Amino acid sequence: MVKINGELTEAAGKTVEEYLSSAGYDKKRVAVELNGDILPKCAYADTVLKDGDSAEVVSFVGGG
Amino acid sequence: MSGAVDRQALHRVLAERYGEETAARLENSTVAVCGLGGLGSNIAIDLARGGVGKLILIDFDRVDISNLHRQQYKAAQVGMLKTEAMAENIREIMPYTQIVTYNVKLTEENICKYVADADVVCEAFDEADSKAVLINTVCEKLPEKYIISSSGMAGFGDGNDIKTRRITDKFFLCGDGKSDVESEKTLVSARVSLCAAHEALAALKLLAGKI
Repeated sequence: MVKINGELTEAAGKTVEEYLSSAGYDKKRVAVELNGDILPKCAYADTVLKDGDSAEVVSFVGGG
Repeated sequence: MSGAVDRQALHRVLAERYGEETAARLENSTVAVCGLGGLGSNIAIDLARGGVGKLILIDFDRVDISNLHRQQYKAAQVGMLKTEAMAENIREIMPYTQIVTYNVKLTEENICKYVADADVVCEAFDEADSKAVLINTVCEKLPEKYIISSSGMAGFGDGNDIKTRRITDKFFLCGDGKSDVESEKTLVSARVSLCAAHEALAALKLLAGKI
């Protein structure tokens, strides 16, 4: 299981890019924390989520 | 212009309140404020009052009449560059704060150059895409820097929903995470400045070594 935004999910085996697409995120508006660090955007396509990973997808909304 | 307020007197009142060591730490610190709208204009003033020695103020826009309901400008400043108007306002409040202004639009390509001297970067944009670009760029290319961002402070929602969360060692996120200006249709000064105060407080705590 992969913990994403505090919830256990079945995302193991998916790349970060695949997970973001399947969960409906707009890649232009997110920052992805994976196991304590922000994952560079260029690594989304090659980074495969594994059992035990912990991630947070920060999805920005407008206003300021 | 600063009347009886001299540099030593200002230092003394901060040192009396914070302690000498903390006051000195803040005075030797630099914060970049990226965007000088509802968030950034409030953040910049909070940091200047809070004793941060040097501010890098970045915005490409001019003060508009539609800004006056929530941004820290005056009616007489409509039409001025926001960088110049904010520098003027800070000098009136805290005349010895060092101020560097850049009248530019930050992009993925130029961000590193403009925030290079900052110990802490405060994201204060209004567009979600721009927020994401700044956070991703600083975290990837300048991993030694602290960055504080905001997402979700639009509308008349509950003030108690505005929070500060630590996402990584270096990245802090303020706001309620969901109140989007596109769906909420408005920005209310008190709620935006509340979120700005969260950013400013996180910056001051980091610089003071209290996080």
